[in-house]
Amino acid sequence: MKLECKHVWEHISEYLDQQLDAKLLKDIENHLENCEVCSAILDSTRNILVLTADDRTYELPVGYSERLHKRLEKTLREEKGSPEKPA
Amino acid sequence: MGVAAEQEKALIGRILAGETELFHELIRPYERMVYLTILTMVRNEAEAEDGAQEVMINAFRHLKSFRGDAKFSTWLVTIAMNEARQRLRKAKMSAQESLDEVPEGKEGDFTPAVLTDWREIPSEALEKKEMRQKLREAVEQLPPIYREVLVLRDLEELNQEETASALGISVTLVKVRLHRARMMLQKLLAPYLNSAAPAKKGFFGRMFQ
Repeated sequence: MKLECKHVWEHISEYLDQQLDAKLLKDIENHLENCEVCSAILDSTRNILVLTADDRTYELPVGYSERLHKRLEKTLREEKGSPEKPA
Repeated sequence: MGVAAEQEKALIGRILAGETELFHELIRPYERMVYLTILTMVRNEAEAEDGAQEVMINAFRHLKSFRGDAKFSTWLVTIAMNEARQRLRKAKMSAQESLDEVPEGKEGDFTPAVLTDWREIPSEALEKKEMRQKLREAVEQLPPIYREVLVLRDLEELNQEETASALGISVTLVKVRLHRARMMLQKLLAPYLNSAAPAKKGFFGRMFQ
């Protein structure tokens, strides 16, 4: 079946997550081979998601972990014994 | 259950049995996840850090209620998301805005942007610090119901079922919202992708089949 661009766009997310059934996947891949517009949309979306998951995109504040464990230590000390049974 | 999950389960058992100092070890792999969940929702670093500390303390206090049927990470991110939503609601309430005032129907425009002079985003462009900044800004602009799904799926890389469970929504809704979130993000970032790519000539003759 010949797909329209708009129809392909509706399935970009499922395509990236590899959730399309075989038939639709084949139709979309055929379309992508011949359509640079949709290929560009697909690749740009994929690249954005790669960047989203990249550890360097979001950084933790300096000292975050130290402060977190310090506060936890205080809580643990105050609530000696097992969790849910504060002393 | 994998080896890591087995070890984690054993660790939880020991903590509940009284070796509470092991809690530090238990949460270490999830410090980043918890912080980013709250940061991306509340969009304020100080609040995110305070929220992350609250989440970990709550997790410690309620560790007993963790049932082994879900992953510990999913349980923890659920607490983090609830903390984030609560803080967001509080902030919105003071701004007299409802958290639920977001378009959910089909009337919204969730189509991607067509890139006009684009071949492939050059890796140098993606490496640039500005691009990361633009991405963070674009994520911040997404309405909360879309942002939360995108953050769990694409930033923290939870699977669909874990995301649905953490947000208390169906897998179908996760899929719908994720698709929309991704398309909105693509649209928001398209201007920067366009300018980042070298101009490409002679291809518009066969746009749109």
